[in-house]
Amino acid sequence: MARTITYREAINEALAQEMERDESVIVMGEDNAGGEGSPGEMDAWGGVLGVTKGLYHRFPGRVLDTPISESAFIGAAIGAATAGMRPVAELMFVDFMGVCFDQIYNQAAKFRYMFGGKAVTPVVIRTMYGAGLRAAAQHSQCLYPLFTHVPGLKVVLPATPYDAKGLMTQAIRDNDPVIFFEHKALYDLAGPVPEESYALPFGEANVMREGGDVTIVALGRMVHTSLEAAQQLAAAGVECEVIDLRTTSPLDEDTVLESVEGTGRLVVVDEANPRCSVATDISALVAQKAFGSLRAPVEMVTAPHTPVPFSNALEDIYIPDAQRIVNAVKLVAEWTR
Amino acid sequence: MTDERILAVTMPKWGLSMQVGKITVWIAGEGDDVSVGDDLADIETEKIAGTLEAADAGTLRRIIARVGEDVPVSSTIALIAPPDVSDDDLDAAAAEARAVIDAGVPEEAVGGPAVETAEVGGRKISYAGTGQDGDVVLLIHGYGGDRNSWLFLQEPMAARYRVYALDLPGHGTSSKDVGDGSVGMLADTVLGVLNAIGVQRAHLVGHSLGGAVAIAATARDPLRVSSLTLIAPSGFGQEINASYLRGFAGAQTRRELKPVVGQLFADESLVTRQLVDDLLAYKRLDGVDAALHTLLGTLMDGDTQRTDSAAAIAAIGGAVPVTVVWGKADRVIPPAQAESVAGAVRHLVDDAGHMPHMERPAEVQAAIEEAITRAG
Repeated sequence: MARTITYREAINEALAQEMERDESVIVMGEDNAGGEGSPGEMDAWGGVLGVTKGLYHRFPGRVLDTPISESAFIGAAIGAATAGMRPVAELMFVDFMGVCFDQIYNQAAKFRYMFGGKAVTPVVIRTMYGAGLRAAAQHSQCLYPLFTHVPGLKVVLPATPYDAKGLMTQAIRDNDPVIFFEHKALYDLAGPVPEESYALPFGEANVMREGGDVTIVALGRMVHTSLEAAQQLAAAGVECEVIDLRTTSPLDEDTVLESVEGTGRLVVVDEANPRCSVATDISALVAQKAFGSLRAPVEMVTAPHTPVPFSNALEDIYIPDAQRIVNAVKLVAEWTR
Repeated sequence: MTDERILAVTMPKWGLSMQVGKITVWIAGEGDDVSVGDDLADIETEKIAGTLEAADAGTLRRIIARVGEDVPVSSTIALIAPPDVSDDDLDAAAAEARAVIDAGVPEEAVGGPAVETAEVGGRKISYAGTGQDGDVVLLIHGYGGDRNSWLFLQEPMAARYRVYALDLPGHGTSSKDVGDGSVGMLADTVLGVLNAIGVQRAHLVGHSLGGAVAIAATARDPLRVSSLTLIAPSGFGQEINASYLRGFAGAQTRRELKPVVGQLFADESLVTRQLVDDLLAYKRLDGVDAALHTLLGTLMDGDTQRTDSAAAIAAIGGAVPVTVVWGKADRVIPPAQAESVAGAVRHLVDDAGHMPHMERPAEVQAAIEEAITRAG
């Protein structure tokens, strides 16, 4: 039986096992060695929230402590990937991705296509996202829609420790650039994870709960909020099917469509801002390909179209909660023409 | 105070990790007379759905666990008693049982069989044992299974025997390397586990490929095997469902795997989402794909069976008593092949497919225990 470890430990274990298995796997990022005001290697931090802790000494020379210059080390990681390495670069907060956008969407994402398949870019960019840590507007965003929009990038958002390990393993073995989103609020979440290595394929959504009344499509942290809502709703006699997308690119359209064909009702739950988002994308998919099955308008539960507030009280109501999901589900369940 | 004639029906423990179960349907009702083996209720765990069969005969006087509620393993879910036990006594016993269910899962939930590992032939082999001192029974799963395939049998049999289940190489939490994948290598693993347990003799129970393995282990050293129970064993005829085997080895997604797994059962509704997810999680472990494909070559030559258990049984020559159990609705290996198991006591099981030990566990348990008793 699988033992229980945290989401943070699951990512660490995937990195360690792949470094063990494949010498071309290297780790790069800020604060891998040394913390604030400390000399360096003895107290290797393993990144700002300790995800790569222990790897610095275990794999000498293969965990690179980078300067605070994202454009430099993300560019270096992408270059190393084109030259045969499999770098896993940690870009602390996704909010900082802007300074290296040319290298990500105009270079890494395009190489395989522009060189007729002769170049591959097996780079993984790990990054944290999401609100809830009182980190304000520049450290709390959910920018995965930006990356999902770009062909040539794969976008991964594990919700559980099991998925975090399997998807990270797949991300490292994958020959395309992968943006790997880790929700800050999930790092301490514990769950069963096999000790052995395994890779979870991209583009396979996970049905977390079966139900015939309403389909809830969610991702990342919102999967757990949706499950909480589904449990409350079950007590009230409404059975929800909760789908975790796991990856937004590639997207598992079939699982979403098959579920909606059964329920006829859809609520999409997404922590990101509501415009041009995964929530709108899933809504459009269902409107286009499962229109005939719909028995109510699609509901979206998302953050508002504002920056993440710094005020604790405002941040708390900014993040979608179970009550809002319950309300949305009831709305579609009770909808009549 | 409690009247000894009041017999408790308890929530079974199906597998290591089961802590609670949920009754989905009460098949028997209050006031019904039940015999041993009658279906009482359908029970769902997070891993699997199954039917609870009566272990005692009598009148079902009180149903305690409600449909849909979480009930901790081994708490009393119903009471069986003869008609002359008073309603007051039954109500008192029922109230006591109700309080246990309401208390939920105890903090220190009793662990099931402890998982141990042994080094056999350079591989790490996992096995788990539970039960009384006395005769040792070793359960050997089939292709693509693991020690949890015996979840409906291991705990109940532990009431009378010391019952072990192992993970063959390439399966469960054992090493995924299967070398040449031969039945001989698998048989040596079984004998190695007997050494690790520290017993000279054991009763072997093998399912499907595990049946062929049990026979090969017996042929290697008949003195170490007290009895042999074969459940839908491979190697007693040419015919086998090749598309099932290839489908199982090849399935990459839940959508591909679910219909394949359904072929194992007479009643496909037993295949829960969790069962398929667990199999998929196993199939995705590094090395499993290679192991399953190597073992496919052990089982099949083209579309027919490669293993020849009939010859191996003949070589044992009656030194060990043999029992064969087969589901009448087996869609993987035809039950008619039971006829080819020379000198065996045969049990054909109604309403069961290739997994009678999961679909009709009480009958299979009775057949195994009869075989053990017969071996003396």
